[in-house]
Amino acid sequence: MGEYRGADFFELDDLLTDEERAIRDTTREFVQRELIDTRAIELHHRAGTFPVELAPRMGEQGFLGPTLHGYGCLGLSSVAYGLIMQELERGDSGVRSFCSVQGSLCMYPIHTYGTEEQKQRWLPGMAKGELIGCFGLSEPDHGSDPSGMETKAVPDGKGGWVLNGVKRWITNGTVAHLAIVWARTPDGIRGFIVPTDTKGFSAPLIEGKFSLRASVTSELVLEDVHVGPDALLPGVTGLKGPLSCLSQARYGIVWGVIGSMQAVFDEALRYTQQRSQFDRPLAGFQLVQEKLVWMHTELTKAQLVALRLGRMKDEGKAKPHHISFGKRNNCWAAREVAKLGRELLGANGVCDEYQVMRHLMNIESVYTYEGTHDIHTLVLGEHLTGLAAYRG
Amino acid sequence: MRIVVCIKPVPDTAARIKVHKDGARIDPDGVKFTLGPYDSRCIARAVALKGAGEVVALAAGAAAGEAEAKKRIKDALALGCDKGIFVPDPAPENRDPLAVAKALASAIQGQGGADLIFCGRQATDDQALAVGPMLATLLDLPCVTDAVGIEVTGGSARVQRAAEGRVETLEVTLPAVITGQRDIGDEQYPKLKEILAAGKKPIAEHKVEWAAAKYAVAGLVPPPEKAPGKIVGEGPDAVPALLNLLQTEAKALAL
Repeated sequence: MGEYRGADFFELDDLLTDEERAIRDTTREFVQRELIDTRAIELHHRAGTFPVELAPRMGEQGFLGPTLHGYGCLGLSSVAYGLIMQELERGDSGVRSFCSVQGSLCMYPIHTYGTEEQKQRWLPGMAKGELIGCFGLSEPDHGSDPSGMETKAVPDGKGGWVLNGVKRWITNGTVAHLAIVWARTPDGIRGFIVPTDTKGFSAPLIEGKFSLRASVTSELVLEDVHVGPDALLPGVTGLKGPLSCLSQARYGIVWGVIGSMQAVFDEALRYTQQRSQFDRPLAGFQLVQEKLVWMHTELTKAQLVALRLGRMKDEGKAKPHHISFGKRNNCWAAREVAKLGRELLGANGVCDEYQVMRHLMNIESVYTYEGTHDIHTLVLGEHLTGLAAYRG
Repeated sequence: MRIVVCIKPVPDTAARIKVHKDGARIDPDGVKFTLGPYDSRCIARAVALKGAGEVVALAAGAAAGEAEAKKRIKDALALGCDKGIFVPDPAPENRDPLAVAKALASAIQGQGGADLIFCGRQATDDQALAVGPMLATLLDLPCVTDAVGIEVTGGSARVQRAAEGRVETLEVTLPAVITGQRDIGDEQYPKLKEILAAGKKPIAEHKVEWAAAKYAVAGLVPPPEKAPGKIVGEGPDAVPALLNLLQTEAKALAL
C-alpha cells in the first residue's frame, strides 16, 4: 500500500514546533512498526484482546501521562499530547483509549488531587506502563448522568473506607493494577485509589463487543472493599473531580479521531486510485470524488478545530464547552468519514485485511463514550442559551 | 572516542519527485525531508561505539534549505548524538561532491579531528557515493566503504564490508572514514524524552570558504515512464500466450 502520510491540506505542520513535529513523527513510526507492520492490531482486534505487552513499550516511548510534570512524566504541551493521541488512534482507537485512560483519567487525578505519598507510590510505575490504571465513574444505571451514582464509600471509623457498588464500561478494567473509583460519601462524591487485588474487588469482562475489540472493557464490582486512609484522593470533593479528568481525556479524543479519519481517508484514497472498474480507476468517477472530497474536507476542518483548541488549552483559555465542541464535531466527522471510507472499499471494506471497518466499529464507542454526541450538544446548548436542557 | 557522523537531509521515500522549473534540481515544494536512512543507521552504530566519548552530527551544505538541515541535525541529536555542527552555505544550489567533502573536512579539522568518521554509503537523493571516499582522501585517512559491521579495539578497528558474494573483514588503523551499508546499525526512532533532550544539545556553526564547483548539473529529466503492463488472459488458458510473449517479445526465455 505504500508509506502512510497524513493529509495536511492547510499546511498545519508549519504551525507546529520542531519538537511537536518530531514527537508526531516518532509516534507515527512506533504505530507503523509495532501495530501495523506486525499485524498486531489486526490480530488483537480479531481475538478481542488488548496488546498488554505494548504497555511498557508505550511507557518507554513516553506516551503515558506525557503532559504531567515530574514522577517520570515529560511535561509536554497539550498540542504535543494531542499529536500523540492522533497517531495512536491512526493505529487503533482501542490503543489510544488505553493511553487516554492511563494518562488523563488515572494519572491526572493522582497528580492533581493526590498526596505526595500517593504520587510517589503510583505515578512512576504508571508512567513506565508497569502499573495500569482504570477509571470507575459510569454505572449500569448511571451513564450520561453520573450525579445519580449509587456506589458508596462509608467511613470505617478508623480513617479507612468501605466501598460497595458496581461500575460499568470500564476501559482497562481486567488488566488494571489500580482503579480510580468515584463514590458517594457523607461529604459528597470522592475519589479513591483502589488496588485491584484488594479483597472484594473484581472486574468481570464485558464480552461480545463489536467495537474497541483491541481494548478490554469490564465491570468493576466492589463488595465490602476495605481500603485504608491512603486510598482517598484528598484534593477534591464533588463531581468536578471526575469531570475535570474527563475534560483532559475528551481533549485527547478531539485529536485522536483525526488519526482515525487519516487512516480511513488514506486507505480509501489509495484504494480508489488503484482499483479500476469500467476501465478506469474508481477515483476517476464523480460519485467517488464527491465522497473523497467530503471526507477530506471534514478531516481538514477537524484538524483546524483541534489545533486551535490545543493552543487555547496551553494558554489556559480552553473551557469545557470548547472541549465539548471539539469532541462533538470531530467524533461526528470521524463517524461519517469511516462510513464513507467503508463504502468506497466496496466488499473489501468489510474484511480486516483493510482498516476501514475496524475504525468504523471503533468510532461507535468513541462517539458514545466520554459524553455522547447528544450530551455535548446539550452542553453547547446551555452555553449558548444559559438554559440547561438536561436539568429538571 | 570522538566520532563524527556526516548527515544529509534527503526527500522521504514516499515523496513524489518533480523537476524544478529551472531544470537543474528537484522542486523542494511539498517535499518532506528526512535524515538519510544510511546516515541514521550510522548514528545508531556510532552511539553504540562511543563509550565515554562523544558523537558529533555534521551537516554541510543545505540543498534542502538551511532550516531543513538544522532540523535533521536535531533528529540526529534525538537519536543520541551529543552535539551538532552545521556548515552554512550561501549558494547551496551549485555544489559538487568535492566541494561538500572539502567543507566537511574543514569542519572536522576545525573541531580537532575525530577518531572515527561515518558517512552513509550514499545520499538516497543524488546517489553519488562520492563524498565519503573524497573526505577520506582530503583528510589523508583510510576509507572503508559499504561497512556492515565494526568493532573498535585501541587504535584500530575491524570492519566487515559487503563485497560481491562475500563479507570481508578488514583491519584498519584509526582515524578512518567508514561509509555504512544498511546493516551497519539498526533503523531507529527516538523516544519522546530523547526528542526533548535534543532541544537542549548544542549546535555549533562552522563557516568555510566554499570551493567553487568543478561540475554542475546541466540538465535533469525524470526517469522514463514505465511502460504499462499487458494482461494476456487469466488462469491456465493464458499460459501459452504468456510463454510466447516471454520468448518473442521480452526475450526472457529461449525459443
